[in-house]
Amino acid sequence: MLDGRAAVRRRINARLWLSGGWLALLAIVALLAPWLAPKDPLAQDLFAARLPPFWMAGAEPGFWLGTDSLGRDVLSRIMHGARIALAVALVAGIATCLIGSALGLVAGFMRGWADRIISRLVDIWMAFPPVLFAILLIAVLGTGLHSIIIAIVVIDWTRFCRVVRAEALNQSAMDYVASAKVAGRTRLSIMVREILPNVLPTIVALVTLEMGIAVIVEAILSFVNLSISTDAPTWGGMIAEGRISIHQAWWVLVFPLVTLFLTVLSFSQFGEGLKDHFDPVLR
Amino acid sequence: MSAFLEIEGLSAVLAGTGARLLRSVSLAVDTGEVRGLVGESGAGKSMIGKAVLGILPKAVRVAEGAIRLDGHDLLAMRPADRRRLIGSVAALIPQDPLTALNPSKRIGPQITDRLVDILGWGKADAQARALELLGEVHIEDPERVIGRYPHELSGGMRQRILIASAFAAEPRLIIADEPTTALDVTVQKQILKLIGEMQAHHGTALVFVTHDLGVVSKVCQSLSVLYAGKVVEDARVADFFAAPRHAYSRALLAATPKYTDPAASLQPVDPSVIEAVTAEVAVADREWIHGR
Amino acid sequence: MAGNGSATNAPGHLPLYQVRGLKVALPDLAAKPLFGPPPRIDILTGLDFDIEQGTALGIVGGSGSGKSTLGRALLRLIEPTGGTIRFAGTDITHLDETGLRPLRKRFHMIFQDPMSSLNPRRRVGAIIADPLHLHGFDRVRERVGEALDHVGLGRAFAARYPHELSGGQRQRVGIARAIALEPEFILADEIVSGLDVSSQAQVLNLLERLVAELGLTLAFISHDLSVIRRLCSEVMVLHRGQIVEHAPVGEVFAEPRAAYTRQLLDAIPLPDPDQPGW
Repeated sequence: MLDGRAAVRRRINARLWLSGGWLALLAIVALLAPWLAPKDPLAQDLFAARLPPFWMAGAEPGFWLGTDSLGRDVLSRIMHGARIALAVALVAGIATCLIGSALGLVAGFMRGWADRIISRLVDIWMAFPPVLFAILLIAVLGTGLHSIIIAIVVIDWTRFCRVVRAEALNQSAMDYVASAKVAGRTRLSIMVREILPNVLPTIVALVTLEMGIAVIVEAILSFVNLSISTDAPTWGGMIAEGRISIHQAWWVLVFPLVTLFLTVLSFSQFGEGLKDHFDPVLR
Repeated sequence: MSAFLEIEGLSAVLAGTGARLLRSVSLAVDTGEVRGLVGESGAGKSMIGKAVLGILPKAVRVAEGAIRLDGHDLLAMRPADRRRLIGSVAALIPQDPLTALNPSKRIGPQITDRLVDILGWGKADAQARALELLGEVHIEDPERVIGRYPHELSGGMRQRILIASAFAAEPRLIIADEPTTALDVTVQKQILKLIGEMQAHHGTALVFVTHDLGVVSKVCQSLSVLYAGKVVEDARVADFFAAPRHAYSRALLAATPKYTDPAASLQPVDPSVIEAVTAEVAVADREWIHGR
Repeated sequence: MAGNGSATNAPGHLPLYQVRGLKVALPDLAAKPLFGPPPRIDILTGLDFDIEQGTALGIVGGSGSGKSTLGRALLRLIEPTGGTIRFAGTDITHLDETGLRPLRKRFHMIFQDPMSSLNPRRRVGAIIADPLHLHGFDRVRERVGEALDHVGLGRAFAARYPHELSGGQRQRVGIARAIALEPEFILADEIVSGLDVSSQAQVLNLLERLVAELGLTLAFISHDLSVIRRLCSEVMVLHRGQIVEHAPVGEVFAEPRAAYTRQLLDAIPLPDPDQPGW
């Protein structure tokens, strides 16, 4: 049959490949950073401070993207920063997804008192300003990678819970659920076998979006100096430092910012692409 | 003397793929005439109404042909002029009374807004007209209904209001797109009678899109049977039900259950009929492509 | 009011369904006050009827008549608020899911919207096989194939997804899923109202054949009396949660007793420009 599906598929594929490619590259760099990075990300050299990137006059060989005000290599710091960014993205994204989706699924499908408790909890949660909440949490938990991850999970599970609940509610009204009930399935098995597969694409899109958000949150917390030690190479920390010397050395700010931007964009595009890819109606 | 609405050789294609949705459709509806457009889902019957009203989906493009409304060639007009002409002489009775009314607006303004904002009526005139129309569509106590919200009214009431609203600006052409499909049979009968009554009273040309041959036999004087976007039969209603000419029309009629005649076993549409009519469409397609 | 059309009660003879004083009330969420629970509206207000083995019972009524609610109560998708429902002698009115499970292979249902009643993420074969697995049937593949053959789709359809099928084909998958269990009773809820007349005629003919071949008892919910006339042996007319007429199909159409039935009949637009009353 002649229709627009081929064109839609091509667009989905291009999106998947581009965003997936960037994320894969980032993952490889993160894994192999100690071997790939040209310099030690922590090594300071005040004589080589604020060196420009390689194509500009005054660049030194080896410092491809220049150095910051303490003479640390920007490229190496971005590569090592990818380790932290991706670790936070993966762990926080998946943990948030598991907790939020499970609660959302139960609330949306089981309804009744479970739904009432979970929904009220979400309402209360959403009434807290998230950034303040995060800062409070970090203050209690102390700084460090694990605190950032816990903060993201504690704050953001509501995002999954709301969306998955709404979707599960929608799907529960479908006759295929009634039909599974007529067939004699238990409620638990209807939830897992019938509803979950239909909610899964939404969850997949959300989880990648959440990974992007985790990267941003980590950057924000680093920016306000609440992440791990100030020395450690985080993108947010680099942006914060670069902001101070923006007029003398724009590259310290711009390169981590571009990396951050591309990464967050890729996460969301990858998720949308995956969602459409797994949609049997579009496939 | 030409008819009020004339469609000539209208073809529409799905943008991007070039798949044809309407295949050289020609038909005419005169002032005071009710013409049924009948076909199964996907036959393109709603598409014709949408093309006339200029509300085709973005992905659908008119490839050739002409739509003449009151002598003006719609497709040759500037979009702004076209909108103005359609707005002043044509109106739509939509399919689903539940979604066709704005849930957050009271009934009164939903009828009068168009008169006031677009046609420049005075507020008081528009209000009086709305009350008069609600009376015409047999709504008791119009003063009370005018202040109600849609969700406070039954499906049949809402469809009456949509009919009143369609006739508000004295249009000369009304397109009714499956206006009773969402209603119960008893309500359907009332609504069909009402549409017939209003049409006769106002002398409007009416295009009635439906999948139900029973409904056609009650409200229309002429009909066009569509298959795959092609008009396979164009007839007067009396002639059609006495002796349908096209094999597909006959098959369609035989597949419609009739409680008065249970002995006549239902004839599912014979695959050979579908093959024949599909072949006919393919021949027309080939001629169309060669002609370009 | 509840005239019982099928009064062939020989001693020891047991109708498949015995329904007495059936009441269903549902919460009316549209009228829910800001605080406190929503009021309950009575959908069914005390129905009495039997469904004999082997009948094809047509259940007709307008929207809001309670016909779909009745169907769902018969299959215990909802729990009645009053009265009793006996299926093959067993009181199922308030059985819980565990108690219902062994019965679920004996009554099954075909749904109105074939698209929403088939899980879009599963293939046709898996959709039909699922209830069979649940009830521990053997030769599942074989039975799925037989069911697909029965409804005239052919075994190759097992590998397709619902969205790849036409409306009529989807509805046949729904029928195949219901008959694969070899149930005694099938409830069909408005199963042809979304179909074009050509596929509608096919599905009706198929259902008629299956009822005869498999000795099924059928309850066929519809708003369309012409369709019921074609398929059913008995008609039950519902109006505002009550049975206004219940009689063999010939009687109802020849001399309808209830005023509402006559109204319904008069309102059907026959494809005939000379129909009286129009």
